[in-house]
Amino acid sequence: MSAMVEAVGVRKTFGDLEVLRGIDMTVATGQVVCVVGPSGSGKSTFLRCINHLEEPQAGRIRVDGELIGYEEVGGRLRVLPEARLCRQRQSIGMVFQRFHLFPHRSAVENVMEGPVTVKGRRRERAREEALALLDRVGLADRAHHYPAQLSGGQQQRVAIARALAMAPKLMLFDEPTSALDPELVGEVLQVIKDLAADGMTMIVVTHEMGFAREVGDHLVFMDDGVIVEQGPPRDVLRSPRHDRTRAFLSKVL
Amino acid sequence: MSSTNLPPATAAPTGRGAEGEHEDLTIRATHPPRPGRWLAALVAGLALVWVGWSIAVNPNLHWDVVVDYQFDAVVLQGLWVTIQLTVISMVLGVLIGVVAALMQISDSRILRTAALAYVWFFRGTPLLVQLIFWFNLGLIFPEFSLGIPFDGPKLASWSTNAIITGFVAALLGLTINEGAYMSEIVRAGLKSVDPGQQEAAESLGMPHRKVMLRVVLPQAMRVIVPPTGNQFISMLKTTSLVSVIAGADLLTVSQRIYLTNFEVIALLIVASIWYLVLTTVASIGQHFIERRFSRGYGTSVPLDRRIGSNLLFRRRRSADRP
Repeated sequence: MSAMVEAVGVRKTFGDLEVLRGIDMTVATGQVVCVVGPSGSGKSTFLRCINHLEEPQAGRIRVDGELIGYEEVGGRLRVLPEARLCRQRQSIGMVFQRFHLFPHRSAVENVMEGPVTVKGRRRERAREEALALLDRVGLADRAHHYPAQLSGGQQQRVAIARALAMAPKLMLFDEPTSALDPELVGEVLQVIKDLAADGMTMIVVTHEMGFAREVGDHLVFMDDGVIVEQGPPRDVLRSPRHDRTRAFLSKVL
Repeated sequence: MSSTNLPPATAAPTGRGAEGEHEDLTIRATHPPRPGRWLAALVAGLALVWVGWSIAVNPNLHWDVVVDYQFDAVVLQGLWVTIQLTVISMVLGVLIGVVAALMQISDSRILRTAALAYVWFFRGTPLLVQLIFWFNLGLIFPEFSLGIPFDGPKLASWSTNAIITGFVAALLGLTINEGAYMSEIVRAGLKSVDPGQQEAAESLGMPHRKVMLRVVLPQAMRVIVPPTGNQFISMLKTTSLVSVIAGADLLTVSQRIYLTNFEVIALLIVASIWYLVLTTVASIGQHFIERRFSRGYGTSVPLDRRIGSNLLFRRRRSADRP
C-alpha cells in the first residue's frame, strides 16, 4: 500500500495566531480519512495546505510522492513555477463548504470549465463527459440550470462533479455538508460514499460522525492546531483515549 | 411600482377549493382618496404644459433655423467626431482601467503604487485642465523622438505640435482621465467577487490569468457594467469640453456656426437634440448589455423560458447546448 499523501511537520500561522502546530499525516492510496474537531482547530487550514491554497510556514507535503508547491534545488527550496503548481492541483480535487460554483455558468458548464480551460479538452467531448458526471451524481436533468436555480444539496453535487471532471487522484472535502439544510445532507453524503466505494482516496473534514464511522477508514481528531488522537473510526468514537476527544465527542454525538 | 399599477387579478378563483365551494373571493378593493398626490400631479402637469407652451410659441427660439441646421453637413461632421471621441476614449479608457485595477490588486508594491499615483493624479485634477495641458504639450516637450532614453542618441524625431492636433489632444485627455475613473469601477467589481470563486478556480488547476479572465472578470462585469454605461453616457456629453481646444466635436462646430450667423440658441438646441439622441440610444444599449451580464443571478425562471425572452443573445447560448 503506497502513500497518496504524506504530510510532515506542517505549521501555519496567521499573524500571531498559530493555526497548525506541526501536523503529520499519511493517507494511503484508496483510503478515506475523516478529520474531525472543534471549529478553529485548523482542520480546514490543513486541508487547504494540501493543494497549496494556503502556504504553510514549515513542513513538507507530498502528494503521490511529489512535493507540493516547492521544488528542492541543490538542497534549497524554491517556489514552483505557476504552471507546475497548476499541474499538481489538477490531480487534487477540492470541494468547499460553500460550494463556490461559478454562478454565471450552468451546471454542465461548471463541470466542463476545468477540462476545457485547463486541459484543453474539446468542448463537445468535455460536454459529454460532464453530462455523464452529472448523471453519476444524479443531476442529469439539472444540467442546464444555473447554480442559483439549484438547492444546496444539488449545488454541492455539481461541485463534486466539477472536481471529478479533472480526474483527480485525491479528493479533499472541506465540510461538504455544513452549509446544507439537514434534509439535503444525505444526498451529498451518498455521492461521497459512492466515490469511496469506487476506491477514491479522500480526506473529508466533517462534523458527520455517523458518516465518519460508516465510510472512514481512519479518523483524525484535531484540536488547537495538533492531531490529538487518531485511529480506526469505531475505536476513536467508541473509546476515545484523550480528555479533549471525549469532551468534543460528548458535545457532538 | 405603486400599488395602483398592479395588474388586475387574472385567473380569479372560481370557487373550487380543497374544502369545496367558496363564494368569489377576488380582491377588488378601492384606494382611499389621495388629495395630496392629485394636487402634486396637477401642479406638475400645469408646469409641463406652461414650459412646453412658452418654448413652442417663443419667437426668439428660431425653430426654423433649428430645422435647417439639424442635418447640416458641418453639424453631422461634428456629430461624427463626438461619436468617435466617445467610443475610442471609452474603449481605451476601459482597457487602461482594467490594467490599472489589476495593478492595484497586484502583489507587487511598485505596481500598486504606480496605479494609485495614476488614479490620484488624474481624478484629482479637472479634466478641462488636463485637456488644455495635452493640447499644449509642445510647450514642455517640443519634440518626440525615437531612440535611447535619458538623452541617448536619437533615431528619429517629430515636432510635438504636428502630432498633437486638437483631436489627438482630446483623445489623450479623455482616455487617460476615463482610465482613472474606470480603474476604480473595475476595482470595485473585482472586489465584489467572492474570494471563494478564485479558490475554486485555482483548485481546478487554473493559472492566475485564466482565473481572472474566465471566472473573476465575468462575474465582476455584473458590477462593472452599469456604472460603465453611465460613464459612456456621461462621456458623450463630456466630449463637449474639447471645444476649448478646437476638438471639432459637435459643440465646437455648432459654436463655429453661431459665431458667424449669431443663432446661438438655435444651434445649441441643434447640438442638444443630437446629444439627447445619442444618450437615448446608449441607454437602450446599456439595458440589453446589463441583461446579458446578470445571467445566472437572482432568477428562478428556467433557462429555456428566459432564452425565449432574450432573443437578442439567443444564438450564442443555444450554441452551448447539445
